[in-house]
Amino acid sequence: MTPVLEVQNLCKHFEMHHLGQRLMAFDGISFALNAGEFLLLRGPNGVGKSTLLRTLYRSYLPRAGHIWYHTTEGRIDLARAADVDIALLRRREIGFVTQFLIARPRVAAEDIVAEPLRRAGVAAGDALKEARRWLDEFGVKRDLWRAYPTTFSGGEQQKVNLARALILPQRLLLLDEPTASLDVGARAALVRRLSDLKAQGVAMIGVFHHPGDVASLIDREIELTANEVSEDVAL
Amino acid sequence: MVSERTVGMTQALSLLPPQLMTTPPLLTMTGVSRRYGDVVALHDVSAVVYPGEVLGIVGESGSGKSTLLRMMNLEDTPDTGDYRLALPDLAGNLFGLDRFARRMLCATRIGIVYQNPHQGLLMQHTSSGNVAERLLIAGERSFANLRARGRTALEASEFPLDRMDARPIELSGGMQQRVQLAKAIALEPALLLLDEPTTGLDVSVQALVLDTLKRLQRDRAITMVIVSHDLGVIRTMADRVMVMRRGRVVEQGLSDQIFQDPQHDYTQQLVHAKL
Repeated sequence: MTPVLEVQNLCKHFEMHHLGQRLMAFDGISFALNAGEFLLLRGPNGVGKSTLLRTLYRSYLPRAGHIWYHTTEGRIDLARAADVDIALLRRREIGFVTQFLIARPRVAAEDIVAEPLRRAGVAAGDALKEARRWLDEFGVKRDLWRAYPTTFSGGEQQKVNLARALILPQRLLLLDEPTASLDVGARAALVRRLSDLKAQGVAMIGVFHHPGDVASLIDREIELTANEVSEDVAL
Repeated sequence: MVSERTVGMTQALSLLPPQLMTTPPLLTMTGVSRRYGDVVALHDVSAVVYPGEVLGIVGESGSGKSTLLRMMNLEDTPDTGDYRLALPDLAGNLFGLDRFARRMLCATRIGIVYQNPHQGLLMQHTSSGNVAERLLIAGERSFANLRARGRTALEASEFPLDRMDARPIELSGGMQQRVQLAKAIALEPALLLLDEPTTGLDVSVQALVLDTLKRLQRDRAITMVIVSHDLGVIRTMADRVMVMRRGRVVEQGLSDQIFQDPQHDYTQQLVHAKL
């Protein structure tokens, strides 16, 4: 088994200066994740599941602890890695999938989806072809491919977002409720894609409102409880 | 490189030097300080920008953000400080260059777009002429080449070519910014500096200009530094953000981290004040 991530005693709280208050998010979280494994984060609303995902992605700065990420060139602690290193890993190896699309004015759906491939150096024509394949796979109607998603419905935007987020295989995927409000066809396409990626060795950590959506993929679960966390349970 | 993140009331983990990013920064500014009389415009400011990166600088009026950008464009010299660009045939502290060398460097390797088009353009010359001026400085003498290269730059800036001989004074604000941008990128500079490039434009026009900038960034991987008091603009454009106040850097970080988990008291106020 190839280790991808080792989280040790990770701690996050928020310092709210205008209130002179500290908001505890979680403390003492430890777990490990291997290539091709799918870890489900469980726990009631507000317990910090999404906060944990964002801390692993470094949208939130950890307070203490380590997030050892294994690269081909050795391990690096994401809790303390330089911003430029994090940016580089996000371009190449670590993906974050939410239910929200950040649409930009005047950028066509197919161009938004192709962008991660373009940034990875794929030729424009090939990237576009691949983008269209994934838009089709997630059930975005052909007429919409060249349109601007700023005007799409929430459900259609979400499909564009998933196609974009999953077009380039990563080594680690963080999934923040990507199935919420998806129609049946798109949800099936998502599970198929995740299953393929998992088989290719992509490690995943996910928060799902309805874990049943991805039941077939789950290898292990961690239960987060208010301000503490239980040991992770092998299924 | 000293992390500024530990300054102020922050207690997050201090960050390590880059390990995976092996390309050196294109721009390195170290310990830049500048006073105008009693006013401290910049105090011990350091910044790095990596090739292909977009660095955003935010702060209110008087924070020193525009002064810093002018320093990057070698329009002013600090009292102390070091400035380097990792380009061939360019060594040493750029603040030590004489006026002629500065002018050549700025004309050929650095592009700038100002908030006020009057600062960047000759308003009574044609738009294509404004762009061609840059090329002339760089030694281009063939009229056909001037015309063709000017055209390419205007096209890349998404300027309507049927108006390329109109004078900037006859154009709308958004179009004037496109002429400035065409002039700035005509020589394919290593560094593009943007000083409040969309401030004062209508929101819809602002979105179009930002989109053009994003396209350029994506297609040409131009290294950019963008200064704005508008957090939305910075959020759209920047990979990393530097927050300035009273001539000092109070915080810097990845764009999403600065907006979602600001550490410094002042950054929290800025982010929470945004509509």
